[in-house]
Amino acid sequence: MTISTLTRGGAQREQQHCLRKMERVIIAMQDPDIGLKMRNQRLLITVIPHAMTGNDIMEWLIQKYNITDEEAGHLGGLLVQYGYIYPLKEPRSLILRSDDSPYRFQTPYFWTSSRWPASELDYAIYLAKKNIRKQGELVDYEKQNYNLLHKRINHTWDFVVMQAREQIRASKQRRKADRIVLECQEQAYWLVNKPCNRRALVRNRVKSSICLESFMKFCDQYHQHDPIMSGCLPSNPWISDDTTHWTINTDLVGTPTRLRVERWSFSFMELLNDCLGRREFMTYLEKEFSGENLCFWEACEDLRHGESSKIILKVEEVYKTFLSPGAARWVNIDSKTMERTLEGIKQPHRFVMDDAQMHIYFLMKKDSYPRYLKSDLYKNMLSKAIVPQETKKSVFPFMRRQRHSSPSPAMVSQATEDNGKAKGAGPAATNSGTLS
Amino acid sequence: FSGSFGEVYQTFHLSIYMSSNNKFSISPEMATQEVQPNETLSNLKAESDTLKTKLEDERAKLHDVELHQVAEKVDGLGQFIMKTRRTLKGHGNKVLCMDWCKDKRRIVSSSQDGKVIVWDAFTTNKEHAVTMPCTWVMACAYAPSGCAVACGGLDNKCSVYPLSLDKNENLAAKKKSVAMHTNYLSACSFTNSDMQILTSSGDGTCALWDVESGQLLQSFHGHAADVLCLDLAPSETGNTFISGGCDKKANVWDMRSGQCIQSFETHESDINSVRYYPSGDAFASGSDDATCRLYDLRADREVAIYSKESIIFGASSVDFSLSGRLLFGGYNDYTINVWDVLKGTRVSILFGHENRVSALRVSPDGTAFCSGSWDHTLRVWA
Repeated sequence: MTISTLTRGGAQREQQHCLRKMERVIIAMQDPDIGLKMRNQRLLITVIPHAMTGNDIMEWLIQKYNITDEEAGHLGGLLVQYGYIYPLKEPRSLILRSDDSPYRFQTPYFWTSSRWPASELDYAIYLAKKNIRKQGELVDYEKQNYNLLHKRINHTWDFVVMQAREQIRASKQRRKADRIVLECQEQAYWLVNKPCNRRALVRNRVKSSICLESFMKFCDQYHQHDPIMSGCLPSNPWISDDTTHWTINTDLVGTPTRLRVERWSFSFMELLNDCLGRREFMTYLEKEFSGENLCFWEACEDLRHGESSKIILKVEEVYKTFLSPGAARWVNIDSKTMERTLEGIKQPHRFVMDDAQMHIYFLMKKDSYPRYLKSDLYKNMLSKAIVPQETKKSVFPFMRRQRHSSPSPAMVSQATEDNGKAKGAGPAATNSGTLS
Repeated sequence: FSGSFGEVYQTFHLSIYMSSNNKFSISPEMATQEVQPNETLSNLKAESDTLKTKLEDERAKLHDVELHQVAEKVDGLGQFIMKTRRTLKGHGNKVLCMDWCKDKRRIVSSSQDGKVIVWDAFTTNKEHAVTMPCTWVMACAYAPSGCAVACGGLDNKCSVYPLSLDKNENLAAKKKSVAMHTNYLSACSFTNSDMQILTSSGDGTCALWDVESGQLLQSFHGHAADVLCLDLAPSETGNTFISGGCDKKANVWDMRSGQCIQSFETHESDINSVRYYPSGDAFASGSDDATCRLYDLRADREVAIYSKESIIFGASSVDFSLSGRLLFGGYNDYTINVWDVLKGTRVSILFGHENRVSALRVSPDGTAFCSGSWDHTLRVWA
């Protein structure tokens, strides 16, 4: 698959092509001769004209395109998801039911293709209208968006409210049937096109003085750990040709250096990024019977960064092991996140565990990590850690030491592969020592 | 309502913006006009400019102090001596790109003549060599496992070569084509694993690919010209990256949604290199305008410019020392300038290369940095 040459709006242009194809289907469905037969449908006590049943839609698709039930269900479902057809009963459930549930065609004014991108201002007006018409009618995510928008475009909020009021007043002057139709159309549009929670919506700028202080702190904290600034012990391999510095800092060395163990206390990420640190932390968590948290986090990382082909399998595994009721290593996530995650698992993708992963990550960071740093396990590690002697400068500076080669990471993994383990399992740094 | 078809096409113009004294009436009408009578092009442009100024004002409100002011209380850096400790000779033409292996001593480099070489820089031994079917291999990257390398250039592709130790095996035979752009590949990088690659291209886009299948996972549109460089964030949520391009812009992207979440446009020419500050809260850029700059992501602004009257040629490649205190810049006038990131001063200038410096990276453990040059060599400095 290639990327099309273009400047801005590339993804939109790709989507436009699909939308146009869908529109052709929709237009054919409404053709007076070969299209669907529409009739009046009852919605509670009001009669909605020009509606059709889910079953009608399925049958028309099967007949017109000579496809199976399954494919018609899939295609019809997409038409609903993209907002070209909307359900009258249960409007929030954007699926195609192949029974007598009533559906309607969306007016072209509200087609995704003609109105893209959904404007924040329009959305704000829509939410304001809902809020004014009936207090408490907004659902969770709508309430969130309402508050966000209220903050973000606060300077035009008077305008938003005024517009909302005017539009409500104008709609009251219409016939009830028309009004209901319009409300349905508008609601359907916003269900499909609600602006997503972009990070840009909630960017809080921080004062310069605070940001710049943080750079000073960081540079200061890492000063001793920066070999170019402070040298390294026993010596910098590139200068002395002595690789001891690398040997004593291999991934799973028996006794780590003091600097290395100290670094684990700088941030949770530092601890996790060091395989030795991570292993120590796992030991600690297991003592506290919360090892499953770290295992879950690792499984999510593996899902996010792994092959596309293994996604479905991995999601199933994660669900079975960590999330299902009575799972062997059940993780404690708040009910809202759990609900969202379980819903998302129905259509597994790479990022489906993101919310849950972040929840567990912050749980470990705020709770287990600080306690680990105060624990005996960590303190012992620190006291046992070695501080190498600085190598005395060579008496004969011109005599160069022999530079030993090291096993290539590619060879290391080939060997472990021969032993029946997964290829490329460990980081390359495992064996960068000298060969004697 | 007449027939079904007619009804569907009748629309109600709901978002007509009315003034409070009812200048415009609302009535069902065909939604043919989107723009109201007084919203002329010049009005809209003026509104857009006002919004831009407002944005700058908002940014400026929080700017209460300069970096060098804050850094006054920090000790200055003493004498700075760094020398070439290794010279890697073997490329037959301009070196365009290089990357370190996680083992802290191996390096992959690529050149104009299509050669990609893997070295043990410590011993200066060449371990693998591949000849690409194209010239100008502008991008290369080492896989996190150390078992493969990725590269590409004028072939518009990014290909992955598993590194085999069988001396008789032809590496090119196992080559896997992953990315396909419609113009040259300018940069590539593996993400947290060997399974995904992020690329940038002369076609103005960046893209994220699944290595195993070659599937496009996400594309990033927003640059108005060639994208020349990219770097992945070291942040704990690991979901963003930065890119720099010929449109003088540096963009921050959300990998998951494909959205550009921040943009900086203060350089006066092409941005050749971008690199995150080690904490992930800022990044540096190097440009043809002969300056390097530091951008703070939380303050959402440029916070330092590293420049001197005597530095006239563009910076091609930048990287931070481990603590972020030093910024190394490779320049087109063959030199490497070392900057004190906090104080904004230059602490050292390194001579040695005999042509443009085209690539520069600090080693994973910060013990050295490597520079690649159009003089066909790579040098490791410590």
